[in-house]
Amino acid sequence: MIYESSMAYESNMTYDIIIIGAGVSGAAIARALSRYQANICVIEKEEDVCYGTSKANSAIVHAGYDAVPGSLKARLNVRGSRMMGRLAEELDIPFRRNGSLVVCRDKEEFPELQKLYERGVANGVEELRILGREETLAMEPNVTDDVFAALYAPTAGIVCPFELNIALAENACENGVEFRFNEEVKDIVRSGQCYELHTGRGTVRTKYVINAAGVYADVIHNMVSRRKLHITPRRGDYCLLDRAAGSHVGRTIFALPGKLGKGILVTPTIHGNLLIGPTAMEVEDREGTNTTREGLDQVLEKAGLNVKDIPVRQVITSFAGLRAHEDGGDFIIGEPEDAEGFMDCAGIESPGIASCPAIGEMAAQIVRDKMGLREKSDFVSTRKGILKPDALTREERNALIREIPAYGNIVCRCEMITEGEIIDAIRRPLGAKSLDGIKRRTRAGMGRCQGGFCSPRVMEILARECGMNLQDVTKSGGRSQIIMGMNKDML
Amino acid sequence: MEKYDIVVIGGGPAGLAAAISAKRSGIDSVLILERDRELGGILNQCIHNGFGLHTFQEELTGPEYAHRFIRQVMELGIEYRLDTMVMDISREKLVMAMNRKDGLFDIQAKAVILAMGCRERARGALNIPGFRPAGIYSAGTAQKLVNVEGCMPGREVVILGSGDIGLIMARRMTLEGARVQAVAELMPYSGGLKRNIVQCLEDYGIPLKLSHTVIDIRGRERLEGVTLAEVDGRGRPVPGTEEFYSCDTLLLSVGLIPENELSGKMGVEMNPVTSGPRVNESLETNIGGVFACGNVLHVHDLVDFVSEEAGAAGRNAAAYVKEYAENSVTGSAKDSVKDGTKASTRDNWKDGTKAGTRDNWKDSVAGSAEDSVTGSVEDSVGDSTKDNRRDGTKAGTSENATGRADHQRGREIRLQPAEGVRYTVPERINVSRMDEKLSVRFRVGNVYKNCYVSTYFDRERVSRRKRQVVAPGEMEEVILTREQLLQYPDLETISIKVEA
Amino acid sequence: MNTKNLTCINCPMGCSLTVEMEGDQVIRVSGNTCKRGEIYARKEVTDPTRIVTSTVKVLHGNAAVIPVKTKEDIPKGKIFDCVKALKKIQVEAPVHIGDVIAADIAGTGVDVIATKNVEQGADI
Repeated sequence: MIYESSMAYESNMTYDIIIIGAGVSGAAIARALSRYQANICVIEKEEDVCYGTSKANSAIVHAGYDAVPGSLKARLNVRGSRMMGRLAEELDIPFRRNGSLVVCRDKEEFPELQKLYERGVANGVEELRILGREETLAMEPNVTDDVFAALYAPTAGIVCPFELNIALAENACENGVEFRFNEEVKDIVRSGQCYELHTGRGTVRTKYVINAAGVYADVIHNMVSRRKLHITPRRGDYCLLDRAAGSHVGRTIFALPGKLGKGILVTPTIHGNLLIGPTAMEVEDREGTNTTREGLDQVLEKAGLNVKDIPVRQVITSFAGLRAHEDGGDFIIGEPEDAEGFMDCAGIESPGIASCPAIGEMAAQIVRDKMGLREKSDFVSTRKGILKPDALTREERNALIREIPAYGNIVCRCEMITEGEIIDAIRRPLGAKSLDGIKRRTRAGMGRCQGGFCSPRVMEILARECGMNLQDVTKSGGRSQIIMGMNKDML
Repeated sequence: MEKYDIVVIGGGPAGLAAAISAKRSGIDSVLILERDRELGGILNQCIHNGFGLHTFQEELTGPEYAHRFIRQVMELGIEYRLDTMVMDISREKLVMAMNRKDGLFDIQAKAVILAMGCRERARGALNIPGFRPAGIYSAGTAQKLVNVEGCMPGREVVILGSGDIGLIMARRMTLEGARVQAVAELMPYSGGLKRNIVQCLEDYGIPLKLSHTVIDIRGRERLEGVTLAEVDGRGRPVPGTEEFYSCDTLLLSVGLIPENELSGKMGVEMNPVTSGPRVNESLETNIGGVFACGNVLHVHDLVDFVSEEAGAAGRNAAAYVKEYAENSVTGSAKDSVKDGTKASTRDNWKDGTKAGTRDNWKDSVAGSAEDSVTGSVEDSVGDSTKDNRRDGTKAGTSENATGRADHQRGREIRLQPAEGVRYTVPERINVSRMDEKLSVRFRVGNVYKNCYVSTYFDRERVSRRKRQVVAPGEMEEVILTREQLLQYPDLETISIKVEA
Repeated sequence: MNTKNLTCINCPMGCSLTVEMEGDQVIRVSGNTCKRGEIYARKEVTDPTRIVTSTVKVLHGNAAVIPVKTKEDIPKGKIFDCVKALKKIQVEAPVHIGDVIAADIAGTGVDVIATKNVEQGADI
């Protein structure tokens, strides 16, 4: 269910549950709650789902050996990873357990690697093994020759964070969850048994609030609770390499974890690129997703410590994401003591992607018990992804093109994306409204030319499908217009 | 399944000229596959003038230049399909394409001409730090928006890179009402043509900042500004030279890369310097019957040279097809064998460069035995008047009788870029197959003043041309003649150098 | 006497030319390394002209705009007058190469002509 934000104000409806934030946590919770009879709404300050931390991360389904045993991170990571296979099937999204290696280059540091192994075992990670140098190199010939030993976790995997987030949200939407975009929550006020959310567009009432606001989760939390949270955005710079470099390693290659996180990894992506990063820079700006020269240099340099001969000339783009690091260091999921009817889902940094199925499950159970929610009879657990013509046989594909000729028209040459897929991305529930929206749903513009050829074509399709002027087409909502007038307007 | 003698991949300037020349060389069955809605390729958005000085002795705009060729395609009745994307080409020259009307379909070609052009390097390739807002375009994307769609990507513009498209767009944006504040160039020299620096920048008082680059990009939604800084000799920003430019648009003109995804997939060998196929004197790749021309082969500055090069590729592809047809004349039983041996023989020539001349020798004996048949049939087919290359082959074949030519028949001379020269196209010459004259095109790696461009046959310097300046932005050429090469029967390597 | 500095555009050499002038009269050209440099300099300082290329809106065509050019070069000082004059012009498809889009643009005596064919089509 999607309403234009203005529509909802006409009714004086009180929602049962409002989820703040349409990132992967908010979407996972929305989807998990959508199996219950409740009037649920997700409020997102940006124009689309998957706009903050969820769109810029390593896209790794960690095996679960990093977190301290007994922590929420440890529990939800392992549980989430186990759930991911089925979830990916239900939501028709790509997921592959490619395995991971933590590389130890120094004999001195070997005890650290062993500690990691023991932690993994304590957390319930299956099939963990420590490999010697030869075994490591046999498995991953491009790991540095200096490798002394490595921790091998076959259950680690890779996903597409966009598709995961989008699919969760779409599925929630199809099961009746309402999404409101471009609406920022400015204040939350307790009002009787309800909360009133003051947003940039008015006031909405709800019986229950779930805070899944990513790097803003402390701000939202602090609106209702005296027990303050404090989140520090930790910026991570990444470089993405061409598909031609995608098979440089088969598994995700980690360094031994340091104080600020898991260090710089080298991994294939689910779509066959090579991803290296992230750095870990504590920043103040919660919107500070700008890469820096130092950061990018560090990525290229550190990645080279554990993996040799990375073809750095094949970088096609770089980006930065912010991890929402809470001072306590663990995920925070639950009601603060002084704010009944309000639940945090805060401090969701790595392993957030891996944990999201379990985060959704846990949060939904808490709310279900608090509110006494009952299951719907018509919940649909599956969602069909955007049809990918290259997955079809030739006969099927030709039949499709006969029926919908747009599938015969390649728009993005680099990723071979057809007009049919782009139209699907626009028309489906929670459809794309901007170039980035289309890029994250279809990969058009994600390839080596980075939209050079296809963006004018995609703009035309967007304008046509959404009935807007070319001038109104944006890169990613807000004031991100692509063009600023017609020729000679300014003469 | 559809069959064509020659399938041309791409209907831009290279594809058009190649198809026309193939047709004029006597091949009727030629098909152009073009992914865009019209023929002409990138010329359709290059609405500035300056095209055709060499070819037509007049200054045309891009669309006018394209039209001259499109008209010939129409007049010659050459078939073409628009909005058609080639998805795959096999080593056996089975072309798989797709469009709205026909879906996925196959075409069996006897020869394929690769003419897919190039694409622009994107921001990522430079790894420019900062935000990723709207307002950053490659110059060609902006060119398409302004010149074809009629809309303005922005009002306050900074351009990074002084490639020709960037320079041209500085003027275009200015004439459409935008304010272009500066063009920054990482190198200490411009990558574009001098003419463009004067007529696109100096005419409008736009500063060209050499040895400068963008070190930061500001603005979360729409671009709000960029920081330029001077760079040192190693391309690193010099602290203290940072300067902020408030702007809503950043255009990138930082290089072009041949689009060889299809070529790579089909097994065409690439030159890492040009990012284009390695070709011989016939512009033929390591796969026999697969030719390349235009920007897919190496990035050109002037379309006239693209047309000329593509014309040669078309002629050579036509000659290949005739050879192919003549081989088939001897009967279908042999044909199937022929196809195989023929292909492998040709491939062996190429591999021969690596394997050494001994093997070439053997293969060339087999090759010429076949080709002597070829040669005689060819006479009866005729239409070799325009085709120097066939004359060449015939000459070689007749010499074969004297026992001399075996040696030259399969022999390939290697072309080697030496001091100051980054690459050459072609990289190998088979004298018996070459035209009377062969243009060897190359680029230099730096700006050299008061230098000589020298050609060496093995150790011997055979020519030395005084040049006041050579620069990476301008393609150079050396002409070799067949006559000259025939005088060096043992020649192994030709090297081209820039000398002080 | 005054001097003007130019960059020669005839070849990649890009010679820095110095033109010494007495009023409108060119006294001396220096810095050139060939004859073409001198010819260029004399023309450039006395009567600099350019071909102007631009676009004009098309109605009912299969393209949004049509590329155009001045049929001959016009005085450099008239370039902006020329494009401003084009701002007001819209043409109806079909338009063909060589069709006059605007006669005597900005009083230069030079016509602006179409450089591409735009056929009738759904309005873009």
